[in-house]
Amino acid sequence: MEVLKIATAGSVDDGKSTLIGRLLYDTKSLTDDKLEAIEKTSKQKGYDYLDFSLATDGLVAEREQGITIDVAHIYFSTAKKSYIIADTPGHVEYTRNMVTGASTSQTAIILIDARKGVIEQTNRHFFINNLLRVKEVIVAVNKMDLVDFSEEKYNAIKADFEQLMSKRDYAGQKITFIPVSALKGDNVVEKSKNTPWYDGETILEHLESLDLAAVSNVGTPRFPVQYVVRPKTEDFHDFRGFAGKVYGGELNVGDEVVVLPSMTRSKIKNIYFYDKEYQTAPRRSSVTITLEDEVNVSRGDMLVKAGDLPTIDKQLTATISWMDSDNLTTGGKYVVQHGINKVLAKVDAIEHKIHPDYSGIEENVSTLQMNDIAKVRLKFNKPIFYDRFKDHRTNGSFIIIDSRTNTTAGVGFIN
Amino acid sequence: MSTLLEEIQKPELLDLEKRPKANALEHEAIYIMREVAAQFEKPVLLFSGGKDSITLVRLAQKAFWPAKIPFPLMHIDTGHNFPETIEFRDKLVEELGVELIVRNVQDSIDQGKVVEETGKYSSRNMLQTTTLLDAIEEFKFDACIGGARRDEEKARAKERIFSVRDDFGQWDEKNQRPELFDMLNGEIEMGQNVRVFPISNWTELDVWSYIEKENIEIPSIYFAHKRNIFLRDGLIWSAEDGVVFRADDEVVEERMVRFRTVGDMSCTAAVASHADTIEKVVAEIRESKISERGARIDDKRSEAAMEKRKQQGYF
Repeated sequence: MEVLKIATAGSVDDGKSTLIGRLLYDTKSLTDDKLEAIEKTSKQKGYDYLDFSLATDGLVAEREQGITIDVAHIYFSTAKKSYIIADTPGHVEYTRNMVTGASTSQTAIILIDARKGVIEQTNRHFFINNLLRVKEVIVAVNKMDLVDFSEEKYNAIKADFEQLMSKRDYAGQKITFIPVSALKGDNVVEKSKNTPWYDGETILEHLESLDLAAVSNVGTPRFPVQYVVRPKTEDFHDFRGFAGKVYGGELNVGDEVVVLPSMTRSKIKNIYFYDKEYQTAPRRSSVTITLEDEVNVSRGDMLVKAGDLPTIDKQLTATISWMDSDNLTTGGKYVVQHGINKVLAKVDAIEHKIHPDYSGIEENVSTLQMNDIAKVRLKFNKPIFYDRFKDHRTNGSFIIIDSRTNTTAGVGFIN
Repeated sequence: MSTLLEEIQKPELLDLEKRPKANALEHEAIYIMREVAAQFEKPVLLFSGGKDSITLVRLAQKAFWPAKIPFPLMHIDTGHNFPETIEFRDKLVEELGVELIVRNVQDSIDQGKVVEETGKYSSRNMLQTTTLLDAIEEFKFDACIGGARRDEEKARAKERIFSVRDDFGQWDEKNQRPELFDMLNGEIEMGQNVRVFPISNWTELDVWSYIEKENIEIPSIYFAHKRNIFLRDGLIWSAEDGVVFRADDEVVEERMVRFRTVGDMSCTAAVASHADTIEKVVAEIRESKISERGARIDDKRSEAAMEKRKQQGYF
């Protein structure tokens, strides 16, 4: 079955959890015992409606404060597709959580409160989903019941949002507007009778109609070697297989490849998946490859098609999103993990920072705080083999690890 | 004779032979297994004999074939296992030719490190944590692969794929590392360890469908069978083997049941079922109105039962 990953984005009280709860409820994905638990807790809290956020807020601190702190993953399926929703909260670590959720999703739902319209946070949600080149964005204009399902209100919000779109960097992003009431269920799963002026799809109808191949990012094939398989058994005495996941495009038996960084050439001899051989290793498959020639390949090396080389360099510029409470400073040293490959990195310069309200850039910046997005220049102790993020989502991104705490402190998108 | 013509007439068949099946969850899990083997010095796969850990074993086989699984399996034995599970475990380990480590909760009790619970709801499920943490220290494991899934329980929905635990095995749920794209950061300090969950994104139905498609053998208690049981709090408890506490007024009767999860016997209730084949089990799960952990009394202790256990080092 196809799996579609969705990230949600909305401000506090925009009704994100309610929307997810509604999707679960109307697709009959909530089991009786979970539903009972929600009914019981809603009653205890004195609500006269079902508080679906109780189904998704998994931590004690979240339920106490009535807020979502950390990304939660929610699963439901229809006859057609399996869905994974990353529920990304909008509090202190808002950018970090949204970037994280969007990094693994092919689709995003941005919520707007119909009473408030496009606000500064909407700007942020759109900017981040555009920065991460999420292909499909649904703008759910929520709480339509509180504005009497006014077509005028909806159109005004749509026009405001289209204003934001004019400034976007990634024009290939498809945006679909849907008027909904998550609380009452209008246009979430079932078509609403309250919006006769809207003849588009409901949220679920739209999700169901998405073609997975079309919403995925395609580039040139890259094969980072994760692990060298050497069984050393009698049957497989000389077997040397290179295990990894294929990104961007597919690889075939007979393809002429170059091993990076040694630049050795060879040909793909076999493609194994478990104990069977195949002609083709499709995009995102975890296979084991053998080569025609005895070449030296180890973890962190990369196989690419001859004639399709990435950039091989010890420096680059990237847009980074800083996620740590310790600031990043010019001259700071970190570990950069690019795919599975780790190198030492130094922050050469912060070229500029995106202004927090996305109105422009700030220059002459020497530190970055959590949630900041900035363009930086990095230098490495050895070359990495990269593509630009706009050409290759996987090979064009990296994480920054603070070697004092080992935490993942930031993420970069290569320019 | 075949059959270029046949192949042309059935291009979809040809396609299946040419490329591995597109099961995104399976390819993701295999990727994670390989990252564990590459990033850590002493990983271990925690094996309970349940369907999730059996699935993990198959994924590990696939990840490293034709080599053997490059890490041992470890079973934290509560002493309250279904006998069918133990039989199954020993057979599987022999077939795989991998090392099996068993550490017993009974030993932790005998050493006075934990005290056995008493009464109606007594269980050794909580006690496992101490035995597990001791074993991690004993063998200096730096990564423990587990079969937990995010759809099981809402605290688990917050779990990372690489989840860092401190010296005391504790989960700092409010301060987790972000996980971006496919990149897994396994950097840790001495004494810390990482719990790894390769099937985080699978649902119960995904696991069952996989077992069906891959034709994976599982312990017989997952299929409907006749069993002496008694009812308590609307749940069906096994009256065999004398592990589950039963009061004198709790009447034993024989029913067709199966187990949906296979944990410690003392906290795992059965479900009424006639599903005696894998196809019927998958159909039953598809139609089910009760969640998987609805039959786990350990989660019913409080709304935050799982979160509390995880903070203490439980899986």
